[in-house]
Amino acid sequence: MLRFILRRLLLSIPVLLGVILLVFVLARVIPSDPCRAALQERATDEICEAFNARYGLDEPLPTQFVQYIGQVLTFDLGSSIRYNRPVSEIIFERLPLTMELTIMALLFASVFGILLGIVSAARRNSPTDVVTMVVANIGVSTPVFVLGLILAWLFAVVLRDTPIALPPSGRLTSGIDIRSIPEVWGITDLQGPLRAILDFVSNMYIFCALITGQWGAFLDALKHMVLPMVALGTIPLAIIARMTRSSLLDVMGLDYIRTARAKGLGQRAVMLRHGLRNALLPVVTIIGLQLGLLLSGAVLTETIFNLAGMGKTITEAIQGRDYLVVQGLTIVIAVVYLVINLAVDVSYGFLDPRIRLR
Amino acid sequence: MTDRIPAVTADVLEPVRVTGRPANIWTDTARVILRQRSAQAGVAILGLLLFLAIFADIVAPFGPTQDLRYGDTPERIARLTPPCVHLLGCATTNPQHLFGVDGNFFDVFSRVVHGTRISLFIGFVTVGFAIVLGTLIGAVAGYAGGWVDNVLMRLMDVVLSFPALILAIAIVTVIGSGIIQAQLAIGIVAIPIYARVMRASVLSIKERDYVTASRALGESSRGILARRILPNALTPLIVQGTLGIGGAVLEVAALSFLGLGAQPPLAEWGSMIGQNRNFIFNAPHLIIFPGIALSLTVLGFNLLGDGMRDALDPRLNR
Repeated sequence: MLRFILRRLLLSIPVLLGVILLVFVLARVIPSDPCRAALQERATDEICEAFNARYGLDEPLPTQFVQYIGQVLTFDLGSSIRYNRPVSEIIFERLPLTMELTIMALLFASVFGILLGIVSAARRNSPTDVVTMVVANIGVSTPVFVLGLILAWLFAVVLRDTPIALPPSGRLTSGIDIRSIPEVWGITDLQGPLRAILDFVSNMYIFCALITGQWGAFLDALKHMVLPMVALGTIPLAIIARMTRSSLLDVMGLDYIRTARAKGLGQRAVMLRHGLRNALLPVVTIIGLQLGLLLSGAVLTETIFNLAGMGKTITEAIQGRDYLVVQGLTIVIAVVYLVINLAVDVSYGFLDPRIRLR
Repeated sequence: MTDRIPAVTADVLEPVRVTGRPANIWTDTARVILRQRSAQAGVAILGLLLFLAIFADIVAPFGPTQDLRYGDTPERIARLTPPCVHLLGCATTNPQHLFGVDGNFFDVFSRVVHGTRISLFIGFVTVGFAIVLGTLIGAVAGYAGGWVDNVLMRLMDVVLSFPALILAIAIVTVIGSGIIQAQLAIGIVAIPIYARVMRASVLSIKERDYVTASRALGESSRGILARRILPNALTPLIVQGTLGIGGAVLEVAALSFLGLGAQPPLAEWGSMIGQNRNFIFNAPHLIIFPGIALSLTVLGFNLLGDGMRDALDPRLNR
């Protein structure tokens, strides 16, 4: 197992270098002068020369690339030209929201997807099954931005003044504050990596409020998260439900299920204890594959619900030609994606002992 | 013992009556596919959309960018007027607009109908582009093997290690915004899928006896690839392609929604939704109708693709 993980890690190094190279090339071919884009009318020739020298833009491209790799390896992603702040700082600030959104959407999709899949499979070809699968097909085909906008309209306008009205934008109602973990625990003078981790988690409002027991803030943050979560999670939910259903139906036709039935187990026990465990393997693969979809969808969801996460930052950075931010964000997203795919591969070994990881 | 032999022979030799027309691989395949319920639904939806696309000028009462205040029958109409259907009880004194009017005094129904043309075109062109390049790369990688295979497939891995939309956004930044550029970006991002499918097919086919025989007969590598291997690798490519069209339509629409694809006033659904997204609270019809059209298109291709996969995948036994 350890050897497999190491091998996969080594194999991802060339891919990672390729990712950095591709992002670097893309960012440099952008048909615009970063100096003029950042400084606009203040950009005279002398100022731009100094600007280029400061950000290393006067070096030949290969030199810039080697320098950039060196920087990336030491977690130094350069400075944002627009905000005049380290890129790593911006990522650190914006990543938690995207992670929170993605995790919530994936949780929503997995729990309800698997549940619906089981119900459909248990009552195969019944009206419940047919309706579930028709809805799943429609769900897969509805774009995040259409669903998001319609949900926002439905829950903020049509259902306004009802108990199930939900806020269509932002993370917290104004007036409600959330205190960070170090503040609550009274360790504000803590420094170093531990503090950084705590600050990072504090920026995921729902988890932060949950850990520190700030129930008012927790409920409010959760309420704000419902619509983005449903908008982002619906396509994965539908995919997971379909996969669970077909995988469970495949497994239920196998001999060992007949054996389990023959020894007198009830339908529920056979399906949940014997069938589901083996049916979940392809479902886990599918759940892992949804991550790319979720990260892509996060860009749209954050735009619709006005959430300042990675997706919104990346579109803003592209429009502002802030290429170091684009580079940094894209690389971080690609790395996260690679790591998750590795984790999915490794999880097979736990779910199915027959698979020998080499 | 001996008297049974003639009887058996007679049975075996009983002529088999061939009824109906002789089999044709295309009609046979189509029949197998159309036996799937999802494929039937997909074909019905796509048929409707194709009809709308072809006869858009007749079905739509107005042009996609026709200002209702001017022209042959000028109307006194307010911006963002909600849908008015006389059959559903809208006062007959008001002009009828099935899907309402948008902020530019355009008829939304006409724009949605004309948008069918654009979206179907986008889907086919984008996936066509990706299939051609992907097939080429996959065929070369699979057939050549060795370092060529390694370099090409690692390159594909790099493209696959980005979430699709994020790489597409980065590409559009470089080549500029526009409907053509958006299709190109989404096409490039989709290449690895087809390259992988094609490579896998080539690897499984290239060691077969009939390929070896062709090589022994002196057929060139290009000939073997084009005439012996490609026809046998087509099925998975077509199935994957049909499933991919829905995704491509969606992703191009997403780019247009973000303002990086089709530019207004082009009647592209994603761009219509993106343009009007701030009106969602007071004029939701501007979002809902193009949204439904978009979902319906994607649904049609997904259903057809699912049906094709179920019908043509030999691993699924029915």
